[in-house]
Amino acid sequence: MTITVLRPGLLMSVQDRGRHGHQHVGLCPGGAMDVVSLTIANSLVGNPVDAAAIEITLLGPDLEFEHDTLVALAGGDFEASIPGNRPVLLPAGSRLSVTRALRGARAYLAVAGGIAVAPVLGSRSTFMPGRFGGFQGRVLKRGDRLPLGEDSQKLSQERFAALKHKRSRSVRWSVPPPTVPDREPIVLHAMEGEHFGHFDANTQRAFFDTVWKIGPESNRMGFRLAGPALTRSSTEEILSGPTALGSVQVPANGVPIALMADHQTTGGYPRIAEIASADVPRLAQLGPNGTLHFARCGLDMAAELRRDLKDRLDPALRAIAWEFAK
Amino acid sequence: MAKPARPLALIPLGDCAVYVEFSKTLDLEVNGLVQRLAQAVHGRMLPWMRDVVPAMGGLALHYDPDHEALAGRPLEAAAALVEECLKEGLPKEGELVRTIEVPVCYEPQYAADLDEVAKATKLAPAEVGALHAAGEYRVLMIGFAPGHAYMSGLDAKLAVPRRSSPRPVVAAGSVAIANQQTVVYPYAISGGWNIIGCTPLKVFDAERQEPSLFAAGDRVKFKPISRAEFERMSAR
Repeated sequence: MTITVLRPGLLMSVQDRGRHGHQHVGLCPGGAMDVVSLTIANSLVGNPVDAAAIEITLLGPDLEFEHDTLVALAGGDFEASIPGNRPVLLPAGSRLSVTRALRGARAYLAVAGGIAVAPVLGSRSTFMPGRFGGFQGRVLKRGDRLPLGEDSQKLSQERFAALKHKRSRSVRWSVPPPTVPDREPIVLHAMEGEHFGHFDANTQRAFFDTVWKIGPESNRMGFRLAGPALTRSSTEEILSGPTALGSVQVPANGVPIALMADHQTTGGYPRIAEIASADVPRLAQLGPNGTLHFARCGLDMAAELRRDLKDRLDPALRAIAWEFAK
Repeated sequence: MAKPARPLALIPLGDCAVYVEFSKTLDLEVNGLVQRLAQAVHGRMLPWMRDVVPAMGGLALHYDPDHEALAGRPLEAAAALVEECLKEGLPKEGELVRTIEVPVCYEPQYAADLDEVAKATKLAPAEVGALHAAGEYRVLMIGFAPGHAYMSGLDAKLAVPRRSSPRPVVAAGSVAIANQQTVVYPYAISGGWNIIGCTPLKVFDAERQEPSLFAAGDRVKFKPISRAEFERMSAR
């Protein structure tokens, strides 16, 4: 059973929650840029949270489904031939067309049973820079036939049949992910980074006062932030050291880079800030020219943000699970 | 002078990781300590720990801050863990060290920057390869790309700065030098180091039991091979 790519989107790849435990050999966890939307997409088709889905960026694909397939397109609002953020049963032979993003930048197309590519190092995520994982280690192209599980059709039919409130091929309720911005600039909470003190008071203030714009040369490795150049006042040599998802580093040209899912595991640039982990999926929903500003926070606040996110996500996941419960 | 077996600082790397810093400059003894501490921490297989990453002068601990097995604040738990490992004693240096032999073809078609390096160092091109292969190297850190090892031990006579403009693509297996270090590019990637040879070995292979050829702390020797040997080994 397969999904055929009739027209590829802008940057479409197979992603799950990524692979931990390999950063000591230089491999970052990778995985979905907006893991919250991925979780909701999986939950909307009755999958476990670690199933693999298709990550769609800015411009969606045309896909053809060989068999009856239960799908959910969750994340940013895209123009599409199906309604978003809810389970939809696509009959055998049907086509799904997703075009441009109206709000947000990324959406996840989950299918019942998940995309059945072989796991590499414990994950089905595509790591494009290393050309492994996902579907042939690369972005999806026209003519690709994505494998689904043997029991995908049966799972799709059974799960759709189990739904409590449904109308023909879908449902009337939807679960929009909390990561998609209502308005911009979005506010991202950030802690002072290790080298915050290497920047003078004016530059420190500029970092928190500026409305930053996502630069065009941004990708799954990092988002470049257009704004005033940040110049380091200290000339102290920096020993190359570890980085993390959400680290904001400042190369010599003064253009900060927020490290995203496929980031390098070490770096020699000063890190001016670290974005709170709960806010990183919201950053992933900004496209080119999207705007943001930083609000200073500490570790306690970051923990509170994680709790807030969990307090919003958990009831939504429970409500979805209830709709599927026999 | 005895090195302090205590971290200089524990610096949060956001709310899901901490950098345990031992030195702000490169010091081989501290680098070795960091690697042994990383082994000790990793060996505990704590369920809340996601990644233990030894770097040049310290190590990063990446964790799930909300894991049920984690009692109290993650930063304090990490500090206690590091102190405990240091108190109990780290694995001895000799127990971890592997020596890895890396065949390298230093012939010009695999060494785009050989002539420039030879000119800058006032050596004959053949001497560059010979000097490089005569050294004994040590992996300081893996970073930049999967399997990409920064190694110390380059002969001071070969110390040249990085290229002023990085190459957009460097071939997989390229052996390159800059300053007092050497690297092997794991796959085709952009890079700014001076290429003086190439190995037919796969430096990183996600499908392999141990994906990375190198680990931090490994000793590395380069063995010159001919072009014919390179081609035969590449074909395998």
